[in-house]
Amino acid sequence: MLRIKDYSIKKNVHIYHQGGLNIAYDVNSGSLHVLDDHTYGFIEEMRNLQDEDPSMLHAEEKLLTKVGRNLSPTVKKEILLELEELQNQNLLFSSEAEEIEPCYPNPPLIKAICLHVAHDCNLRCRYCFAGTGPFKGRRELMTSETGKRALDFLFKHSGNRRQCEVDFFGGEPLLNMSVIKELISYGKTVARQAGKEIKFTLTTNAVLLDKAIADYLEKEGVSVVLSLDGRKEVNDKMRPFPNGKGSYENIVPQILYFTKLRPSSSPYAVGQYYYVRGTYTRYNTDFYNDVLHMADLGIKRISVEPVIASPDDDYAFREEDIDKIKESYDILGEEVLEYKQKGREFSFFHFNAGLNEGPCLPKRLSGCGAGHEYVAISPDGSIYPCHQFVGQEDYKLGTVYQGNPLKEELVRKFRGAHVYNKEDCRICWARFSCSGGCHAANAAFNGELTKVYSLGCELQKKRLEVAYYLKIKEAQQIETV
Amino acid sequence: MTTHIKTIVKGNLASTIKNGGCGQCQTSCQSACKTSCTVGNQVCEK
Repeated sequence: MLRIKDYSIKKNVHIYHQGGLNIAYDVNSGSLHVLDDHTYGFIEEMRNLQDEDPSMLHAEEKLLTKVGRNLSPTVKKEILLELEELQNQNLLFSSEAEEIEPCYPNPPLIKAICLHVAHDCNLRCRYCFAGTGPFKGRRELMTSETGKRALDFLFKHSGNRRQCEVDFFGGEPLLNMSVIKELISYGKTVARQAGKEIKFTLTTNAVLLDKAIADYLEKEGVSVVLSLDGRKEVNDKMRPFPNGKGSYENIVPQILYFTKLRPSSSPYAVGQYYYVRGTYTRYNTDFYNDVLHMADLGIKRISVEPVIASPDDDYAFREEDIDKIKESYDILGEEVLEYKQKGREFSFFHFNAGLNEGPCLPKRLSGCGAGHEYVAISPDGSIYPCHQFVGQEDYKLGTVYQGNPLKEELVRKFRGAHVYNKEDCRICWARFSCSGGCHAANAAFNGELTKVYSLGCELQKKRLEVAYYLKIKEAQQIETV
Repeated sequence: MTTHIKTIVKGNLASTIKNGGCGQCQTSCQSACKTSCTVGNQVCEK
């Protein structure tokens, strides 16, 4: 018999319709299934009965008798047998994951830093979380001395971890190119001496990305995240120069030159890759057009994300935008398939889904690692939990100029902000995919790391639904070949 | 042979709580997002 006593279907089996398919995502195993209409209706009925009458959660026989009355006895029996068989294989209605809190080494093992080499910028993007560069402080560049201290801090605190990551960030990091070059050379030398590998990424608005710099980054194997919002009018509305002129015409040729250097860039951001990354706001809830615009320009790796904004901002999403945004993700999913069929394949970062080959559960529970595995370092050497907390004194963890350990209380707080400590996440079907969302967004909207930013959740769930759908379509296409 | 359900991906996520956690994977926010954490779309580097 199907074992569903004390088993919440809503929490553990997510069923939904997408692109004409009935899909079931088994949360605890990460398995994906396509259901026929009878089975979809059957599971839906069980879930709804549990929702309407919580006593049903403990009364499996009663529940199983009550459901499927619209089905013939033969069909109902077949469905139950198939569900039972899949349950026995732990693929559907699988056992709930054992609730083991993530465990971490002490002192914290830092594996990645976001190095703010420039708290200044040559653009004045309207939605910038860095306040157009200075992060609530003054406009300044990091010295090579502070940069080297930061790299020393990373090597010292990375323990036995072989791979270390450094992202050059800002403001606009290319404003401090001489220091970046010095730090790449220094980092590689010290890593070699320490028997480690150092992986560099750089996030840039591409204004200063001329051929010489592009070729240098290519030669040094630096992965690059390039900012572009999409169509000219969309990009230029939000990403102008200080004089108000749009940046599209200046940056697109430079972005295209760079992307062509890396035609086989990994969609999963592995190895030496590029991604072109944009932000959408309530002014372009049809952002699928921006993604397609970039794909039409020949860009293969695209990430476009919802803006994080205060409700007072004119570009912040409003309740009435949500349906339009969701529809955009639906359209984009179909376009991904269409472009692939036409031989013009591109990848959309948030439609990547690591299922059987994805990260392990401990990683999924702990999330991005901000504040204890990943930290951001500002131009003056101050250490913060991540790039979005830079400049918020309450969140300062220490400095690279002090030998003191990172502020223990804060490290504990970030380590404790995992899925099992977030009330809303514990019962959410997406809990092992989004890992409880972005700490910075949660803190900004609710003042607490453990209270989730609900709009972010809603959009995240939509992206996952499309991502799983695309996995299915991909598998079906392979089958028919 | 199933007739009502077609399994597309067979996962074993829950079991990785025992043998996972080596920490060699990339930090999620470094890759391509910087504002919206999604851990599940990474690959395991083990």
